[in-house]
Amino acid sequence: MTRIMGYCDRWSARPGDTVNFMVSCIGAESYEVEIVRLKQPEAGPLATPFQPERVASDVNGRYAGREQALPIGSLAVVPGHPCLEQLEAATLVAYVMPTTPLKCRQALFGNWCEASRTGFGLELDEQGCLVLRLGAGPGTEVTLASGEPMRAWRWYRVAATFDSLSGCMAIWQEPVPRHGFDLDRPIHRSTESGCPKCRSSNALTFAAWQSGRATGPSAWGGLQFGQHFNGRIDRPRIVEGALDHAGIAELMGENGLAAIEDELVAAWDFALDISGEAITDTGPNRLHGTIVNLPTRAVHGHNWTGCINDWTKAPEQYGAIHFHDDDIVDACWATDFSFEVSSALRSGVYAAKLTAGDFVYWVPFFVSPPRGEARSKVAFIASTATYTVYLNNTGRFLSSATEVYQGRVTVMDEIDSLLFEFPAMGLSTYDRHSDGTGVAYASRSRPVHNFRPTGRHWNFNLDLCIIDWLEHLGGDYDVITEDQLHEEGMSLLAPYNVVITGSHPEYDSLGMLDAFQAYLRRGGRLMYMGGNGFYWRIAHHPTRDGVIEVRRAEGGVRAWDALPGEYHHSFTGEYGGLWRRNSRAPQKLVGVGFISQGFDKCSYYRRTEAADDPRAAWMFEGVEDELIGDFGILQGGAAGLEIDAIDARLGTPPHALVVARSENHSNTYEVVAEEVLIPHGATDAIINPEIHADITFFETPNGGAVWSTGSIAFAGSLGWNGFDNNVARLTTNVLRRFADDEPLPWPGLPKTGE
Amino acid sequence: MYSFDKSRLDLAREFKANPFGEHRPDLQYLLNLMRRPDPKRAHYVLMPRQWGESWTLAVMEPGGVSPPRPTNLVFTDAGEAEWHVFKLRWAELAGEELPFD
Ligand SMILES: [Fe+2]
Repeated sequence: MTRIMGYCDRWSARPGDTVNFMVSCIGAESYEVEIVRLKQPEAGPLATPFQPERVASDVNGRYAGREQALPIGSLAVVPGHPCLEQLEAATLVAYVMPTTPLKCRQALFGNWCEASRTGFGLELDEQGCLVLRLGAGPGTEVTLASGEPMRAWRWYRVAATFDSLSGCMAIWQEPVPRHGFDLDRPIHRSTESGCPKCRSSNALTFAAWQSGRATGPSAWGGLQFGQHFNGRIDRPRIVEGALDHAGIAELMGENGLAAIEDELVAAWDFALDISGEAITDTGPNRLHGTIVNLPTRAVHGHNWTGCINDWTKAPEQYGAIHFHDDDIVDACWATDFSFEVSSALRSGVYAAKLTAGDFVYWVPFFVSPPRGEARSKVAFIASTATYTVYLNNTGRFLSSATEVYQGRVTVMDEIDSLLFEFPAMGLSTYDRHSDGTGVAYASRSRPVHNFRPTGRHWNFNLDLCIIDWLEHLGGDYDVITEDQLHEEGMSLLAPYNVVITGSHPEYDSLGMLDAFQAYLRRGGRLMYMGGNGFYWRIAHHPTRDGVIEVRRAEGGVRAWDALPGEYHHSFTGEYGGLWRRNSRAPQKLVGVGFISQGFDKCSYYRRTEAADDPRAAWMFEGVEDELIGDFGILQGGAAGLEIDAIDARLGTPPHALVVARSENHSNTYEVVAEEVLIPHGATDAIINPEIHADITFFETPNGGAVWSTGSIAFAGSLGWNGFDNNVARLTTNVLRRFADDEPLPWPGLPKTGE
Repeated sequence: MYSFDKSRLDLAREFKANPFGEHRPDLQYLLNLMRRPDPKRAHYVLMPRQWGESWTLAVMEPGGVSPPRPTNLVFTDAGEAEWHVFKLRWAELAGEELPFD
């Protein structure tokens, strides 16, 4: 089997930037690199032939292949410290909530090292029982187990003491009282059979054990880690000397840290630095550390009352970190080659094409003009935020559930199969972790299966159909990205007369929405070329490029639902979920918003009377047809997949014109969940007249305007019949008008009664 | 409660004629029954050989523990592939194959 995969360290590049590429090559001694410009997707016999254009570069050529492993699984780590090394007697205490207690042996915390068999550690055994493990090297190891399994999703106060002078060990596994009627009971075990002096300079870890030096990429400190824990840890503390039960209770009580002050070694408060990656020790030794591979923060701890749902208002109730064995934020691979973006390289969509044997893998990136400069009046804004949250969308292949709502057998190619050959590539925010919790963080620093010019036409690969159309029109456009929009705001858009979105710009930060809005108020023009756009709120990691958080709160069509009380993003504290629940429904920005999705067959639009309104008639020049887009490479129509409709209640401007409306959608088109408060069954397109995509136009102040297609499939019809079709003509008319310096006249207030 | 009825050959004919798009309610019920997710059951996927031109039918074992296992069935029409999967599922539910192809 020959496989090649990789990633790069920046998706958005400008002249002078260097893009570094990390590659793993399996089953081949060497691989070929070619930097290419992407002008269209691979889209089959009915589309423009797929012809990536080779870019002259000294990066192109043959490279020696090497495999790079994927260090998956989150943990937290504190570098080794003398005060841990000198502990001959100690007490370890924490609140823990295992979510898969029967998975396998799982680390809780300690400085245990699997390779050297040294250190102390609290862990779960294969049966989910608490275990204290001590060792001073191979053959010296001792353990003490509770013998009673912990139950999933139950908080416990776990404690252990050891004293190498007296040879005593003890453990306590005590359920934390809560509402409900649990049968489990506190467990206490002790022994005086002796224990070794487990002195070691090992790092202290939470939720994983170190196992010596890594042979390949390491998530932290050159070490490799295993025995990853699924679940939450809250308020871990270490005290010198063996406390008794009353002492442990006192330590974890309200004034515990003051009461045990003289013996306290460390007391980590995970409620500090929730937005970042530090873990803070509030004890005297300041044994601060870091989280690794982004376990989920801003999750409730053992003491959440349910009365406060915003972690920023009561961080002390959010003192837990939720670790997962399938978290990965950075594969930490070594760089294989670097591409310098020269000032001669024109703005566009590019990729490194990696070929090993018959296997081809693509690593795309975007080249924009220098900051503040525009080389065209037209900008295409790549939906980098949406591409990111979709990366490694694994769950859709896992069962026929996808087929039920798609109305088709799922298509899966050999690059999609990488997800199952190399599950350590990690998951997407459309998936659930191995313990069933939703994946809230997305990252790009790892190989992915669905950011490429081949495969399923969705997001990036479908947006290349828009690039194809722009190329057909002569190629006068710049490419900018949502990353840049989040960073630079309206100044990124200001130099352009018209900004064109991708087919599915679904995810936005507050900064992104504000930038679009400010641009439109100042005379900018926006062509929203898709469906289900501007739907979810996201938060960007405070320091890591390309790491995005999604909390799927309350309503919406969603792959998982955030737990109650965990609707606020950890990165920003902002309330997550749908923008329509955050006073910024997409209808306010682009006139339309998500109404339905279906995936078996696409439909067409029918021109409306408003198409003849003098405000809009110009866009139909040369378009005589009644039906628009009754063709296309995506299931035969321009209206489909995910579609948007106007809704005055949600903020469609009163002067918006719907110039064409889709009809005749199939059974798989169900109205979105947020519109169905009482399930009633009459929700599919066969019976529900609310389901349609609306091509919508309205002017904005100062000569600006918005034109929305309201359909993901729309992009797949542009190139039909060599671009000789009514979708391309209509869209090109709009582009030409929007690119023109001449302001679009403001229609004024609608007359009363209209 | 809807249940499978192997005498409803009209539904199979309707699906064959029109695998995608609007279906009558009884056919939609049947499709929902056939496609219902079951964590213990393998399911089918289509692996493209040439994008938009030909596909190999493949089987995904439950649990997502391995990549799809290709069969030797190749289709050059997406509708024909759907019809084949329909026939396989019909046979599973009916305990016998559809009396027509
Ligand atoms: Fe989406």
